[in-house]
Amino acid sequence: MRKTKFIENLIHGIFLILGLATVASVLMITIYLVVAGIPAIKEIGIFKFLFGKTWASTAAEPSFGILPFILTSIYGTAGAIVLGVPIGFFTAVYLSKIAPGKVREYMSEAVSLLAGIPSVVYGLVGMLVLVPEIRKLFHVPDGASLLAAMVILAIMILPSIIKVSITALDAVPKEYEEASLALGATPIETYFRVSVPAAKSGIATAVVLGVGRAIGEAMAVMMVSGNVPNMPSLFQSVRFLTTAVASEMAYSSGLQQQALFSIALVLFLFILMINVTLNFFLKKDGKEA
Amino acid sequence: MDHNKVKQKRNNYELFMKSLMLISTLVTGLLVIFLIAYVFVKGLPNLSIEFLTTKPSYITEKIGILPDILNTVYIVLATLVIVLPLGVGAAIYLTEYASNKKVVGLIEYAAETLSGIPSIIYGLVGMLFFCQFLSMKTSLLAGALTLVIMNLPTIMRTTQESLKTVPVSYREGAFGLGAGKWRVIRTVVLPGCVDGVITGCILSIGRILGESAALLFTAGFAHAVNGIKEGLVSPGATLTVALYVYAKEQGEFGVAFAIAAILMILTIITNLAATMVGAYFSKRRNR
Repeated sequence: MRKTKFIENLIHGIFLILGLATVASVLMITIYLVVAGIPAIKEIGIFKFLFGKTWASTAAEPSFGILPFILTSIYGTAGAIVLGVPIGFFTAVYLSKIAPGKVREYMSEAVSLLAGIPSVVYGLVGMLVLVPEIRKLFHVPDGASLLAAMVILAIMILPSIIKVSITALDAVPKEYEEASLALGATPIETYFRVSVPAAKSGIATAVVLGVGRAIGEAMAVMMVSGNVPNMPSLFQSVRFLTTAVASEMAYSSGLQQQALFSIALVLFLFILMINVTLNFFLKKDGKEA
Repeated sequence: MDHNKVKQKRNNYELFMKSLMLISTLVTGLLVIFLIAYVFVKGLPNLSIEFLTTKPSYITEKIGILPDILNTVYIVLATLVIVLPLGVGAAIYLTEYASNKKVVGLIEYAAETLSGIPSIIYGLVGMLFFCQFLSMKTSLLAGALTLVIMNLPTIMRTTQESLKTVPVSYREGAFGLGAGKWRVIRTVVLPGCVDGVITGCILSIGRILGESAALLFTAGFAHAVNGIKEGLVSPGATLTVALYVYAKEQGEFGVAFAIAAILMILTIITNLAATMVGAYFSKRRNR
């Protein structure tokens, strides 16, 4: 009897440890980023680091200002949201409320596929289709630009926006819609003036998820944005927070490498902020339901 | 007259919204078709048996992707072998053992945070922790361990979900017959979460196949053909990393598209598998 009790406790302990693996991982990532990221910020000075406008890490007199990266990441994400959210939103309403069963089935499959395509494949197609098209269309010397990155990111966030919005729209109680229809509203009016407002925190969640995905994307953006540390401008080659880390990591050392860790720390703080926003919407959703 | 105006306005609104929806859906659909078609048209002609079964050679100046395929297989296997016990164990702890709400909240919050962290940060921390601190150097194993952390939330969530569908009465029945907790988990709970584990595996495989940013600095980009034992401790490029290097650094677009076509086929397969497994298990459950 004692032996079984011991075994039960032991197994309980083992499962507890397995359960805490996620917590340990988050702690490890946070600690490593903070420990690796702080020294360079201290050395450069936080103000100079965050708001410096020039990044010349390999110059004789190096300067480490990451404002261009921060702004590029923000503009790029905003652009992706502006392009991607309307398309995703209207697609989601159509698929959730109007589309016949077969269309919905095939489109869901297609959207899942879109989510599963590796980011390097997006980058590759972007490099060979989007970049030359932008160059021709807008008569700019090089199509590898912020705009190209925005378009690629908009496509990449479509699946999360569509899927999460559909889930939210499907969860709207049938009675709401029936009541609206009974009052004489047309189906379309019902969907946009009753169903969508009822699902608004779910849709907001979808948008925030899209923001998170866009700001964290590295490889696809690296392949289409040209990767020069300019201040952001639509048709200029730019560098994001993510690509700043990725592009110099391989050959960096000393203060330059530490500065890259600091960039990662800044990116991590952005992600944490997005998570807090996400939790806010999720909680709100939970309360309303 | 006023009535007509309102009617007109309503009709316009209707038409406008309807066309926006149709256009958006069409754009999304066409985008998917275009991506698949473009990658296949550009990539499939470059595929050949030789391409798939040789390694790159400077002598013949031909590129083969056998090492990249092997590396991908090794990294998928290594990641799954490590992440499965961790993820399933965590899910079992959460649904079967945990009674403290704070601990549950903490673990779930941690999992949520993990799934939001960009892969480039995983790559960076993986490099610092596994490659440098644990001195594994740049190796497939270090890459796999990084991916373990990334995929932990996925496995945990899918397993948890399927555990919730195991009826409480089964557990009570087993307890009533005098079984201990561990016995109940082994004989009643674990068989019930098979579908979640399989779904989680498929999702994870898809994610591992597509991952590149987290692997650049942890697994490196070598193209040597190794057995699994040697392979895990030496650096190696997976298919996605190889695609990136060939396209961005070497300008070998033919090779890059051939790899892209392979990745596309694998993505389609994993997606279909996920849908089919989901349909199969929900059918079996409802019976």
